[in-house]
Amino acid sequence: MSETDLSVPFRRRAGSALGDKHLQEALTIATTKFIGLRRDAFDEFPEGERLRDLAREIKEATLQHLDRYVEQLIDSVERLGGHVHYATTPEEARRVVLDIAARTGARMAVKSKSMASEEIHLNEALEAAGVIPIETDLGEYIIQLAHERPSHIIAPAIHKTKGQVADLFAKELKREVAADPEELTRIARVELRQKFLEADLGITGANFAVADTGTVVLVTNEGNGRMVTSLPRVHVAVMGVEKVVPSMTDLMVFLQILAKSATGQKLSVYTTLVRGPRRPGELEGPDEFHLVLLDNGRIRQIAGPLREALYCLRCGACLNVCPVYRQIGGHAYGYTYPGPIGADACPVRIDIPKMLVELRREIHEARIAPWTERLAYGLMEKVLASPSLYRWSKPLARLLQRPFARDGRIRSVPLAFTEWTRTRDLPALAPQTFHEQWPTLK
Amino acid sequence: MNAPVRAALMVTCLGDMFFPEVGVSVTRLLRRLGVTVDFPQGQTCCGQPLFNSGYHAGATRVAARTVEVFRDAEHVVVPSGSCAYMVRHEYPALLRDTPARAEAERLAGRTYELSQFLVRVLGKTRFKASVSGRVTYHDSCHLLRGLHESEAPRILLKNLEGAELVELPGGDECCGFGGSFSVRLPEVSSQILDKKIRNIEATGAACVVACDSGCLMQMGGGLGRRRSKVRPLHLAELLAGDER
Repeated sequence: MSETDLSVPFRRRAGSALGDKHLQEALTIATTKFIGLRRDAFDEFPEGERLRDLAREIKEATLQHLDRYVEQLIDSVERLGGHVHYATTPEEARRVVLDIAARTGARMAVKSKSMASEEIHLNEALEAAGVIPIETDLGEYIIQLAHERPSHIIAPAIHKTKGQVADLFAKELKREVAADPEELTRIARVELRQKFLEADLGITGANFAVADTGTVVLVTNEGNGRMVTSLPRVHVAVMGVEKVVPSMTDLMVFLQILAKSATGQKLSVYTTLVRGPRRPGELEGPDEFHLVLLDNGRIRQIAGPLREALYCLRCGACLNVCPVYRQIGGHAYGYTYPGPIGADACPVRIDIPKMLVELRREIHEARIAPWTERLAYGLMEKVLASPSLYRWSKPLARLLQRPFARDGRIRSVPLAFTEWTRTRDLPALAPQTFHEQWPTLK
Repeated sequence: MNAPVRAALMVTCLGDMFFPEVGVSVTRLLRRLGVTVDFPQGQTCCGQPLFNSGYHAGATRVAARTVEVFRDAEHVVVPSGSCAYMVRHEYPALLRDTPARAEAERLAGRTYELSQFLVRVLGKTRFKASVSGRVTYHDSCHLLRGLHESEAPRILLKNLEGAELVELPGGDECCGFGGSFSVRLPEVSSQILDKKIRNIEATGAACVVACDSGCLMQMGGGLGRRRSKVRPLHLAELLAGDER
């Protein structure tokens, strides 16, 4: 799998994304469409705002007693004949899945889209162990063919245009392909049908797991989730431990806002509810059911600055509205989950800007920032906290700007503001500041 | 207006240093409406640049000073959605564990962004425009998504005598300023700005109006570099027109 090269600074990674014409086209079209669909869905749904508040309250109440709900979920799943595994680290989670694959003699695994499995880099581990992973969500299938990673949490191939997908199919499947989404979908469907029948293992994520019933819930649009959970002999669901919800009543609250936030749908096409393995007398379902609960730093954040991130439903609405994400896409961030700043779109009202500020505070307090930056901000504080320093800094700045200012603007200037003046004029410091003008305004 | 209203102007650091004409316009506008305008000396900046970059000890010191400076103000009027948001929403949390806590909460409750003060406190919605023809409006991030205000500026702009509001496509999208973001990731910031400017120019408006000096610095900087005919204008300058 191709990885984002993290030795390249973020600014350079972002810069190459800005220069990628296909990426720019694909991102603009897709995010604009998502934004409009989401807005329309909530405009037609007057209860939406109240349900968002309620959903947030449920998430918070669940986090306060997460231990209790997780224990209840484990009990419920085990009562249904399923197995629950708790993985503290990605290594542990991969080990659990590989052990199941080895014990059951699995050679091929079909997968329904799962960010948790991306987070633990499960596909590489399966391949190394001789189990062929096949992604069955169309977007995931595309990026698996391209040896890439998802660049959006619900639209993994959002960075590709239909032309690029057609070229990819033609190259990988060695056939003529038109850049027609319906045609592309039909090809993928035919390719995948055989894999569903052949696979020994079905691997999914989970959008929710209901504590008191042991129900694992998958929200999909293509029906592949249902195939993955019903055809193979063994089903393994990998889920972030924070995704437990107390009851089916709570689940209904989330289902009403999740698809609207993600794609503007009232509900996704398929909402698959799975309860344990096939029971005696049932015709469909796996012989074995495993739920892998993944911690990977989540539990630590219950008491950390990212607590609210644990409310996240993975709808992607914050990505679609994020001005930075919309320019650079998901890969430039260099991690499984891009880090958006998109405010106000979150179905559970996570305050993302506030979390980002908290993280910057941690960076500052850990003294990671370059000394030049710390010096500049230290100086800024001194000036802003002292009216006399503030007053005297202005004539000084006017003196310093003299060589650069023409007609009230600065077109080029050294040091930090070079970055500004490369593409923008900078207003010159006013000949008389407001402080200096005030006495004459009386 | 029945009882005389008194308001203290928080001119903001950008307003003081780069756009003093905005503060002058606010002062004239409010005086014309019968408001007694004070300008507490000793004000510098709300501290947001420090706060947003994670320098919270410094931001707390600057915030505590600002709270002290505006202690006696009946109302505080800020011609910036961003700084108004800082005072209203971040000060109480920032000063929670300090002796200034109660004063910070009191200040938060009395601080208004300019368009909100005009419409929601004074109930004034009809003004003469200082420019004629079409104007378009950019929603700044903190005013729209922080203070959840998109109405007050539009009420003022729609009722303008002498100018016509045309909505800006993508008017609620960021202009790419973002404080230090504009120089930390200048390429991303500039590309966001490119799109904003294309949208502004497509409206055929003579001016792009905003309620935040940061956005006006960014949009004005881009328009200036392109030698565009579109003028960046603070809402205050547009409304204070007929005294000129």
